Amino acid sequence: MTDLAARPRVAVQHVYEALIVGAGGAGLWAALELARAGVRTAVLTKLYPTRSHTGAAQGGVCAALGNQEEDHWEWHMYDTVKGGDYLTDQDAAEVLAQEAIERVIELEHMGLPFNRTPDGRIDQRRFGGHTRNFGEGPVRRSCYAADRTGHMILQTLYQQCLKAGVLFFDEYHVVDLLGSPTTGAQGVIAYRLADGELQVFRAAAVLLATGGFGRMFRVTSNAHTLTGDGVALAYRAGVPLEDMEFYQFHPTGIVGLGILLSEAARGEGAYLLNDKGERFMEQYAPTLKELAPRDMVSRSIMLEIRAGRGIGGKDYVYLDVRHLGRAVIEEKLPDIADFARIYQGVEPLTEPVPIQPTAHYAMGGIPTDIHGRVVIDAANTVMPGLYAAGECACVSVHGANRLGTNSLVDLLVFGHRAGRAMADDVRGALVPEPPPGAHERVAGELGALRDRHEGENPAHIRRELAAAMMDDCGIFRSDAGLRRLTVKVRQLQERFARARVQDHGTVFNTDLLEAWESGYLLDCAEATVHSAIARTESRGAHFREDHPERDDAAWLKHTLATRAEGGPQLTYKPVSITRFQPKPRTY
Amino acid sequence: MQVDVRILRYDPQRDAKPHWEAYQVEAEPMARVLDLLHTVKWEQDGSLTFRRSCAHGVCGSDAMLINGRNRLACRIRVDQLGRKISIAPLPGLPVLKDLVVDMDGFFAKLRSVEPFLINDGPPPARERRQSPEQRARYDDTTKCILCAACTSSCPSFWAQPGYVGPAAIVNAHRFIFDSRDEAAEERLEILADKDGVWRCRTIFNCTDACPRGINVTQAILEVSAAIVERHA
Repeated sequence: MTDLAARPRVAVQHVYEALIVGAGGAGLWAALELARAGVRTAVLTKLYPTRSHTGAAQGGVCAALGNQEEDHWEWHMYDTVKGGDYLTDQDAAEVLAQEAIERVIELEHMGLPFNRTPDGRIDQRRFGGHTRNFGEGPVRRSCYAADRTGHMILQTLYQQCLKAGVLFFDEYHVVDLLGSPTTGAQGVIAYRLADGELQVFRAAAVLLATGGFGRMFRVTSNAHTLTGDGVALAYRAGVPLEDMEFYQFHPTGIVGLGILLSEAARGEGAYLLNDKGERFMEQYAPTLKELAPRDMVSRSIMLEIRAGRGIGGKDYVYLDVRHLGRAVIEEKLPDIADFARIYQGVEPLTEPVPIQPTAHYAMGGIPTDIHGRVVIDAANTVMPGLYAAGECACVSVHGANRLGTNSLVDLLVFGHRAGRAMADDVRGALVPEPPPGAHERVAGELGALRDRHEGENPAHIRRELAAAMMDDCGIFRSDAGLRRLTVKVRQLQERFARARVQDHGTVFNTDLLEAWESGYLLDCAEATVHSAIARTESRGAHFREDHPERDDAAWLKHTLATRAEGGPQLTYKPVSITRFQPKPRTY
Repeated sequence: MQVDVRILRYDPQRDAKPHWEAYQVEAEPMARVLDLLHTVKWEQDGSLTFRRSCAHGVCGSDAMLINGRNRLACRIRVDQLGRKISIAPLPGLPVLKDLVVDMDGFFAKLRSVEPFLINDGPPPARERRQSPEQRARYDDTTKCILCAACTSSCPSFWAQPGYVGPAAIVNAHRFIFDSRDEAAEERLEILADKDGVWRCRTIFNCTDACPRGINVTQAILEVSAAIVERHA
């Protein structure tokens, strides 16, 4: 083993005007805008673009097209703000709701195969928390392509990128972000999976579009590769992370595995049933019932389970689609039906499907303005050259709880906007030069992890982290549990510093990169747990059993967690409130 | 239950050629082959190398040869396979390491059929209209996740590596039969080439291999028929 080089080689230095890290919906749309503007751009992805997790989104993308019934972007904006428990920045929500319409129409023009109304327009269906006339009842706002909307968005954007000649670096794993809030972004360092070579990519503008970090929880809908890479890289570079305590658990995951059964099922009319066969959501959300926002539905499920009304007294309830009939299930929910059959051995046409909440989406992340520019303080000071979009970013359009379909809306609207902003900003800009030897630190760390001959298996550290986060930072949280968790996370970080992988080679070393990802997850967990301890209120997805009420006087503000010795430093910034004053949140 | 897993291993930095290695893995009957691979990687041998991401059959990363058929490791369960399971990389593609194959040629073939909507007319202010029937015409081929299970199961592809292959034809079909697209002629021209649809011998391996249930052979036949019609 010692015959292999102790450190990864650094051979190539690339220079572009713009770099995009991550090739999901946000990254691809930004790439298209940059291609249209003629900006020399490289897209780096640790997968192939079509493997990105945008492709797993199922139910739809909301836009107030009004194809099925009256709808207005103001209603969409209101739902987004209320769904976010008023932590949503309203200037951003306004942009989201307005531009959703343009972006969905543009996707159709790009060829996205939406389901159609009889007269050939884009079909729309109901989705959780989306209402008519400021909360009166559900509205048909979600534009969809069966229950494969994310797949179609990812494929369509990838197809258009091929048409536009976008340059991809597939299976290049970004391991360091060059620059700081003071110097601005200078580029990234990427590890080429094929041969383990480190490559320096310099650019005047760098977009982080790396998605979420659901893998810090044991039961999650997220892909194995969703490990918070961009979020952790920004944090390490000195960028504060915003609202990390707000993490969404989706109500309907497959028991144990966490694979998602889309809210589209409830949008089409599915019921949630407890052990007594009761539609228990009638008690918790009399108007919207099963279509209440996800934080409320997930908490309601957990309360039923705690009260002993899980199925057979166990930790799950039923999602029942039987009454929808074969035609609706096969035409509008085919993948969901297929997942139930394959992963649970349940026939949804004739049996109710066991489900439990699953870790799904980070509302928090890298703070940005409404142009995707990363901001680093309460005054929204821009960090030159750094951008973020999609789940890794926090604009914040989702506030304390994201509404269903708004993740896709977010990545379309702000992927587009980030691409435009980058194209504007790089015009005439010089590509900054990182200091000589900028790759040395990460090369040393990777080399040590790969070549150490004793140490713990990082896969075990990752598993312990995911279990502990699930137990103490899930749907219900408390001071005692979170304090226990801070100690645990610190211990895991110390153990990780001495871990070692078993694969010492340089060709396609996924053992090494999985370990590296665990380091990202530990950083995300650290920021999450510290932010959650401090917030002594309950809002949206952050529910404190010891502080069960929302406290606007003290806590109507965004958390900013800045990396520091001994745990992150927390500061706060105000929420943008334009049209809708905070009110109690009932459905 | 205990499962005997055999995996075709190959590390170009250590091995002259691929060889089988055996592992014993404890697994539930409902476990997926991907779970077995993770158990080996995380508990027995970290150097075992495979691609995976979403783990529920929508990203297309983990297609491999499982008990002699191309399957996604995350979509096939132990109880569908039995106690003896053999796992090898997709056939017909260059192996980089263990279960990881070189996909560059596969994606190059995809690009060769212009797999994107072409309509150079000015876009309307709202959506282009398309009836549910027009939408249904190409529905099946929109499901492709580019996992390469079909192409690498095709004996015609093994014999003629220049053959564009089922996956590329599926993605051409998706646009040829889309009422909004204007470049069907160009794509039919490309696929009328000697390495195009005529290489298909209707062996149906591709249809069997598709984890999305796409009727791949049917799609190839529809493209062939369109080429014939065009010349008639």
